[in-house]
Amino acid sequence: MTSPARPGSSPGASRGGIFDRQETLAKLLIAPAVLYIVAMIGAPFVLAILYSLSDATTGEPSIHLVGLRNFGAALADPVFRLALRNTFLFTLLSQSIVIVLSRILANALLKPFRGKWLVRFLIMLPWTAPISLGTIGWLWMYDSIFSPIDWVLRYLGMLGTATALLGPQTNLYWLGVPGLAIASVIIVNVWRILPLATVIQLGGLSSIPKDLIEAAEVDGASPWRRTLMITIPLTLPIVSIAFLFGIVFTFTDLIVVYVLTRGGPVHMTQELSSWTFFKGIEAGDLAQGAAISLFMFPVLALVAIFILRMARRTEVV
Amino acid sequence: MGCVEIRGISKLFGNVPAVDQIDLATNEGEFLVLLGPSGCGKTTLLRMIAGIEIPTAGEIAIDGRVVTDLPPRMRNIAMVFQSYALYPHMTVYKNIAFPLRARGVDEGTVRKKVEWAAGMFKIGRLLDRKPRELSGGERQRVALARAMVREPSVFLLDEPLSNLDALLRTSAREELRQFQRRVGVTTIYVTHDQVEAMGLGDRIAVMSQGKVRQVGSPMDIYMYPADTFVATFVGSPPMNLLEQEDVLLGFRPETFMPSDAVEGSEGVITYPFEVTYLEYLGAERLVYGNVGEKSHGRHVVARLPGSLTLPLEAGKTYPFAIARRDLRRFDRKSGLALPGETA
Repeated sequence: MTSPARPGSSPGASRGGIFDRQETLAKLLIAPAVLYIVAMIGAPFVLAILYSLSDATTGEPSIHLVGLRNFGAALADPVFRLALRNTFLFTLLSQSIVIVLSRILANALLKPFRGKWLVRFLIMLPWTAPISLGTIGWLWMYDSIFSPIDWVLRYLGMLGTATALLGPQTNLYWLGVPGLAIASVIIVNVWRILPLATVIQLGGLSSIPKDLIEAAEVDGASPWRRTLMITIPLTLPIVSIAFLFGIVFTFTDLIVVYVLTRGGPVHMTQELSSWTFFKGIEAGDLAQGAAISLFMFPVLALVAIFILRMARRTEVV
Repeated sequence: MGCVEIRGISKLFGNVPAVDQIDLATNEGEFLVLLGPSGCGKTTLLRMIAGIEIPTAGEIAIDGRVVTDLPPRMRNIAMVFQSYALYPHMTVYKNIAFPLRARGVDEGTVRKKVEWAAGMFKIGRLLDRKPRELSGGERQRVALARAMVREPSVFLLDEPLSNLDALLRTSAREELRQFQRRVGVTTIYVTHDQVEAMGLGDRIAVMSQGKVRQVGSPMDIYMYPADTFVATFVGSPPMNLLEQEDVLLGFRPETFMPSDAVEGSEGVITYPFEVTYLEYLGAERLVYGNVGEKSHGRHVVARLPGSLTLPLEAGKTYPFAIARRDLRRFDRKSGLALPGETA
């Protein structure tokens, strides 16, 4: 019954179904991604810029443009300047610690040993748990009275006696003392990003051909020299990506500070995202909130550019 | 300088012996080839000499000094890997300089030596390039230059030609051999390619299943194989093995000729050869067929030079002959060569 389909003889046979038309299919397949980006990233971004140039509040969200007034006000605010400093401090310090620790963990996980799967599982755990739940766990670790950390310190005799190294008081009040509160936030951020960074580092390390390390060994390089001249340069691109991802996650994170300290004591742990939230949502000043959050944009844009460049470099090597 | 002695070396991976009680020694300045099929332990043996792999038992000495427990960098050896293992983030110059800098040689000397090594392998114009910008042949030269620049007492090569295309491989083989003669460094070369082994080696150690089956000059290995493994592994096509009572009769395909082409009849055995298949290869003809009446163990190959234009046809039987001096006898059970010629 069927005759061989000649081009043009029957429109159905020559043009095929929708899955045969590559142009249409491509547009169709990419549409969800484009829609998502426009709706979830593009629109809020434009809205944030509009709000930052207006005098909108949660009570009166209509947009009347007032120029750059909000940015000037934010810069003049000492809490904002503290939040700006803290954001950089938390991010850079926590991510530097993460790079070192994740390298050590990844090196350990490269070697075969008994119970390796369990260690891997435990290392990955913080990444799989919701940030808010994990942080609530830490809230208990830092509790002013029942802190297990303080308990261990007391048990070791480092706290709570007249001659103790850390002082005679029974508790350190982690979240109540400015320096310790900052350290607490950094520790939780390290704990949170470490799993991802370890996995990325592990990937980077195991992608170095074994031959190269052996060649360096035969070429007379000491273990230090092998690390400095071979392993670190070869894993640099992928480690940079881990570092930049960590920066994005920490830089934009609100939950850790919100759950642990709510920016306290006296704004000492305030950061851009938390200050945005407190100012813009809780205090209702949408315009100020939008202006504060937009200060994150140049940093994040820069990081994004670096990530893309690094990604291209790893492709080449 | 430059003698490697291996005494009773074994290497177990789990319970599997990769290298099984090997004794082997190089002569000074010699080119020794470890030849064997993949998985025979030749690379493991080389890696133990380099110090990358730690032997389960036995002892390795270089220049009379026991190095079994020393790390690679204290053995004064150089190694070229199958993959070349060039450092991808370094230029050719830095790659070649790496072993020198690792030894703390001053920069002036480094420059002089790198230029010397690069000149020797004609890669002087490539010094500023990265390995990924080089062709396979150039990478191989860089790897050789990096190995030679420190003037090692022993030079180890792990299938360094296997990543080159066939044409390049032949010229690289010739260059490698000439270069080794010139420098005179004791060289241990691992390969599974018998042509490389025959062409390069002063001596060949044929390995199988973790053991050395035979050590000897290429001619010894080819003419007087120690057992049926060596007989059938070396030579292409391999030595014919003909079952005859309780021995295996071995003869090389090129010694099996139409009787008309064999001069005289003294010391010659003639067989009726039933031709089943012919291959014309230009310089030579391969003739496959059966000898004698028995049902198995009688399939043999004859290799006739291209100059012998005698017409042969599949399905017909021709008288073929072998000179007695070309016959080898092997024990049927152990496969070991038996002394003397057959009756």
